Amino acid sequence: MQLARVIGDVVATRKDESLTGIKLLIVQPLTVDRRPAGRPLVAVDAVGAGVGEEVFFVRGKEASFPFHPAEPPVDAGIVGIVDHWDVS
Amino acid sequence: MLLGKIVGTVVATRKDPRLVSNKLLVVRPMDPRGKPEGNYLVAVDTVDAGVGETVLVVSGSSARMASGLKDCPVDAAIIGIIDEIEIND
Repeated sequence: MQLARVIGDVVATRKDESLTGIKLLIVQPLTVDRRPAGRPLVAVDAVGAGVGEEVFFVRGKEASFPFHPAEPPVDAGIVGIVDHWDVS
Repeated sequence: MLLGKIVGTVVATRKDPRLVSNKLLVVRPMDPRGKPEGNYLVAVDTVDAGVGETVLVVSGSSARMASGLKDCPVDAAIIGIIDEIEIND
């Protein structure tokens, strides 16, 4: 999983049926000192995250697991909202 | 998932039988502000998208979970047509 900040959202009316009702957010991966790490991407939201929040997300087919037994075609999904992190 | 703009189509007569009747499109990935980035890719269209549209592309094994692509040898599928992108950072 990777740390990220939610920086925006995406609206798509015409989409795969199994995506109906799932929120699509734009996340910017972060280093532990909160600098951007790589390119922003679109992730589905499984935890009720919103713009401005720090989250962690999972890549790959596992991103669909929170929606079981549905199997939406997604490769990135937010699975936690971070309260704080601490790196020494 | 990636955002991208459809820039073209691909025609292939000889191909894996499970790809028959799938539409193949050339997608230029872009960042959320619309700036092109990375290399062009070929993606299977599952939402009846067309050239010039901004789309959502799923990569890797998840692409096979898109509608109609079960057990197909694909690693990129277009699963949505983007109406609006809002950035707030």
